[in-house]
Amino acid sequence: MGDLAAEKHAKYILLVEKRKDDVESVLMEHLRINGAYWGLTTLDILGKLEAVEQERVVSWVMSCQHESGGFGGSEGHDPHVLYTLSAIQILALFDKIDVLDIDKVSSYIASLQNEDGSFSGDIWGEIDTRFSYVAICSLALLHRLDRINVEKAVKYIISCKNLDGGFGCTPGAESHAGQIFCCIGALAITGSLHYVDKDLLGWWLCERQVKSGGLNGRPEKLPDVCYSWWVLSSLIMIDRVHWIDKEKLVKFILDCQDTENGGISDRPDDAVDVFHTYFGVAGLSLLEYPGLKAIDPAYALPVDVVNRIFLR
Amino acid sequence: MHGRPRKSATPIDESASALKAAKIRSLQSQFLQNHHNKIYTKEALEINAKLIEANPEFMTAWNYRKLAFEHNLSSQSEAEKGDSDHVKSIIDEELRVVENALRKNFKSYGAWHHRKWVVSKGNSSTERELRLLNLFQKQDTRNFHAWNYRRFIAGLKSISEEKELQFTTDMINDNFSNYSAWHNRSVLLSHLLDKKVEGYFPKEIFLTEEYEFVRNAVFTDPDDQSGWFYHLWLLDQTIKLDMPVLASFWPPPGSDLNVPRDLDANKATFPVILYFNEPVEGVSCHTVTVQTEYDIYNNITWSPLSTNKFGCAHAWVTHMGIPHEELDSSKTYQVKISSEHYQGITSLSSVPLSEPWSFAFTVSICHDLQPAEGQSLGRLSLTDANFCTIDSNSNRTALLNSAFQFTNDDEQPTSSKWKSEIIASEIAQYRELLSWAECKIGKLTLARLLVAYDAMITGTEFTPSIAEEVLQLCSELMKLDPPHYQYYKDEYSSILLKQVTSSKESLLKYCWQYKEPTSLNITSPMCLRLNSLSLSRIGSIERLLWVQSLDLSHNQLHSIEGLEALQLLSCLNLSHNKLGSFMALDPLRFLKSLRMLDISYNEIGAHTVDTKRYLCSSPLSHTVAFDKKFKEFANGDAKVMDFWEPFSIFGGLNLIQLDIVGNAAVDERFVFLLVKLLPALKWLDGEELH
Repeated sequence: MGDLAAEKHAKYILLVEKRKDDVESVLMEHLRINGAYWGLTTLDILGKLEAVEQERVVSWVMSCQHESGGFGGSEGHDPHVLYTLSAIQILALFDKIDVLDIDKVSSYIASLQNEDGSFSGDIWGEIDTRFSYVAICSLALLHRLDRINVEKAVKYIISCKNLDGGFGCTPGAESHAGQIFCCIGALAITGSLHYVDKDLLGWWLCERQVKSGGLNGRPEKLPDVCYSWWVLSSLIMIDRVHWIDKEKLVKFILDCQDTENGGISDRPDDAVDVFHTYFGVAGLSLLEYPGLKAIDPAYALPVDVVNRIFLR
Repeated sequence: MHGRPRKSATPIDESASALKAAKIRSLQSQFLQNHHNKIYTKEALEINAKLIEANPEFMTAWNYRKLAFEHNLSSQSEAEKGDSDHVKSIIDEELRVVENALRKNFKSYGAWHHRKWVVSKGNSSTERELRLLNLFQKQDTRNFHAWNYRRFIAGLKSISEEKELQFTTDMINDNFSNYSAWHNRSVLLSHLLDKKVEGYFPKEIFLTEEYEFVRNAVFTDPDDQSGWFYHLWLLDQTIKLDMPVLASFWPPPGSDLNVPRDLDANKATFPVILYFNEPVEGVSCHTVTVQTEYDIYNNITWSPLSTNKFGCAHAWVTHMGIPHEELDSSKTYQVKISSEHYQGITSLSSVPLSEPWSFAFTVSICHDLQPAEGQSLGRLSLTDANFCTIDSNSNRTALLNSAFQFTNDDEQPTSSKWKSEIIASEIAQYRELLSWAECKIGKLTLARLLVAYDAMITGTEFTPSIAEEVLQLCSELMKLDPPHYQYYKDEYSSILLKQVTSSKESLLKYCWQYKEPTSLNITSPMCLRLNSLSLSRIGSIERLLWVQSLDLSHNQLHSIEGLEALQLLSCLNLSHNKLGSFMALDPLRFLKSLRMLDISYNEIGAHTVDTKRYLCSSPLSHTVAFDKKFKEFANGDAKVMDFWEPFSIFGGLNLIQLDIVGNAAVDERFVFLLVKLLPALKWLDGEELH
C-alpha cells in the first residue's frame, strides 16, 4: 500500500475530460454530466479545482438544460432528475447556483412528485427512492424544499424499509447500500432520521466490511470501492461509523489505485474509471485521510460548499 | 470499470476502440436527429434498436421508443384499428428489444423499466414474463432488478402470495445462500401476517417452522450472512409488543414533591416526564389530562424531547407551574395525570397506545431560602475526593426510592407461554451450535436470545447470571471479530447499564454523596456516578428519570443521545470521554435545569467528520431555520461564522459552571465568544469569572 497518489488522480481526471474518441467516452456520453460532477468534486476534495476552466464548465452545464427546466446527461439529451442534481451540484461547487432560473428548475423537479409522495425520474414514470433523494437534495440546495410535500415524500421512503433496517427502490424491494444512502440522505436532509432503526441498519451496514477491508453493497457480494461511499456516508449519518475497521478500509481503497497512471478501480488491479476515482477519494475523505477536504455525507459536496449554502 | 482487469491498451486495441466508437457515435447522432425531428419510421426505429443494443443504459433512447410506440398506435389506419394482431406485433417488437438489451446488460434500469411500461399497456402473457424471469433468475439468483420485476408481475397478474412464498422456498432449497430470497420471504410473510391469513395466524405456528428453516441455513455455514438478518427479524416478530406503552414517568406515583421557589423569577415549576417504549406522537392536552383537586389544567403544553420537527419522541415533558397566588401558601396539592384519550397517542406507524394509564402525586412549595443566583457561589468540585458513600437509609436517597416504588411493584411479565418456549428452544439449539463451532453469529444470536428470554421472564429485572453470561459473550465477540470491536463494545455497554439499573439495590452501589455541601444549592446532595465503567454508549434512560446529578466521566462515550429525557439534571460530568463535536452536545439543549457541566478532555474539534451533523437541530437537516441572531452576534466577522455550532448549542443553556479545557476546538478566541454567550457563567475551567 502506498500513500494517496493525489497528483496522479487529478491528472487522470483532467485527461478523461479531454478524451472523447474511445468507446468508453462514447458509451458514457449519456451520463457525461454525472461524470463531470464526479470528476470536479474529486478535484475539489484534492484541492485542485483551480485547474478547471470554470466558465467553460458552467456554460456547458447550462447547455444541457432542457426547456422543461430539467437537465439532460449531455447536450440534446432528454431531461431527468439524476442529471438535474449533478448540474446543480456542479454549479454549487463553483458558487454559481444563481445562474439558474431557480423557480423553473424547482418546478420541473416538483412536478415529478406523485400522489403517494414518491418521485418519478422523468415524465416516463419510473419510480425509485433514488429519485426521492435526488429531488430532495436538489430542492434543498436551491432552498426550495417547500415546493414539494415533504411529509408524503418521507412517508414513501419509510414504506420502502425492510426487515434488515435498510431500504430498497420501491416498497418490498431488497436493501442495497446505494439505495440505503439515497434513503438515509433524503431522511437526513428532511430531519427525519428518527424513522430509522439505527442499531439494526448499522449492524447490516457494518457487516458489509469483508476480510480484505473493503465493503460490499449486499450480503455475500464482492467488495467494491464505490461502497466506501454508499456505506460509509450512511454509517456516518446514523452515527455508527465506529462499527467498522477504518484502517483496513483505507488500505483497501489505496490498494485499488493505479499508482502509475492515476485513477481508482472497483477492486485491486481492475481498470480505473472516474466513478470509482470519485468514490475512492470521497471515501478517504469520510475516513479523515490527511490532506483531503472534508465532504458532507448527505449532500455529497465538500463541507465548505454545503456550509456556504446553509450556514451563511 | 466493474470487474474489468487493468491493462494498458495496445495500438491495435486503440484503433479497434476508435473504430467501434465512431460507429456508435454515428448511430447516436442519427438517432438524436430522428428524436429531435420526431421521426418514427421503421428505419429510424431500427437505428434506435441498434444503439440500444450497444448501450442499454442510454435513457433518451428508451424514451424515444416510448414516443414511437404511442405515435404508432395512435396513427394506425382505420383498418389496423381494432386489429389486435397489429397491436400485439408492436408490443412484441418492444419486448424483443428489451430482451436483447437485457442479454447485453441484465442490470439495465432503462430496459427493465421499458418492459414494465410496455407490459402495463396490456396484451402480455403471464407465462412469457415468468419464463423470462426464470431464465434471468437462474442465471443470477441475486439480481434485484429481476426480483423487483417478479414482484411487479405478481402484483399485475394477481399471483397469490402463497405461491410466491413457495417460490422463495424452492430458491432457498436450491441454495440457502440467497439473501434476495430470504428478503422476499420476509416481505411476503409480513403481508400474510398483517392480513391474518389462515395458516399464518396466530403467529406461533409459522414462527416455529421459520426458525427451523433459517436454522438449517445458519448451521450449514455459520459464516454465510444470508440467514442472519432473517433470524433477527423472526426474533423481533416473536418478542415485539404490537403497540406502544408508557414505559416510565416522573414524578413517581404517590410521591411528595417539594418544589423550590425561584425567588428571582418568583415562580415554582417542576417537570412531568412521560417516557414511552418507542417514539410516539400525539401527546397533548387533548390526550393527557392534568388535574388537581381544585382544577383541571386545560392549557398544558407537552413538548417532545427530540430534535425532529415532526412532534414525535420517546420522552415528552411539560413544565407545570404552581399558580402565582399560591406561592406563599403551605398547602399540599394532589396532582393526577391520566391518559384522557390514550388512543390519540400513536407510534410512528400510527399504532395507538395499548392501554390507558394514570398516576398521582402531591406537590408543595419548599420555603427554605436559597441564595439568589450570582451570590457568593463557590465552585463545585466533581473529583473523587469530594464524594463519600451514601447511607441507603438516609433521606438523601428519597428520589431513588420513590422512582423504584412504581417499577418494582407494577412490572408484570407480559409474555405468553409459547413465546418463551420458542426462545428457550432456540437458546438450546444455539448452545449446541457453539459446542462444536466457534462462530460469531452463534455467540451474537445466543446473546440476543438470552436478553429477550430474560426480559420475558423477569420484566425489567435482569437475572445476574444471565447478565454475566451475555457480558461474557460480548467480550468474546470483541476478541473473535476485531473489525467490529466497537459494535460489540456498544452492546456490552447497553447490557452493563441494564444490569446496573435493574434494581434499586444495584443502583445504590453507584450513588454517592457530595462531601462539601453543594454551595451552588442547585443540585441534590446525591450524585449517580457511572464513571470509569468503560461505557461507549448510554442506555436504560427510562430507569434514570429521577437523576439530578450524574457523573459519566472517564468513559468512552462518543454520544449522549437519550440524556435529553433527564429533565431534572442540573449537574453533569462528561469529562474524559470521546465526544467528537459540538453537535454531539445537542441533547443538552433540552436540559433547562442544567447549571454545571464538565466536558473537558473530549475530542471536540479534533475531527473533520461530524457524525452528529444530521442527528441534531440544524439548518442542514431543515429542523431549524438559520438563526438570524447569529449574524448579529458575528457582526460581520467572517471567522466568527465558523462558530455557528457552539453558538447553537451554548446559546440556549444557562450554565453557572463549565469546564471545557482539553478539547481541540478551545482556544483563546473561542473562550472569549463563550463568555459572551453564557452571561450567567461564574466558573470557567476552574477560574472565577469577573
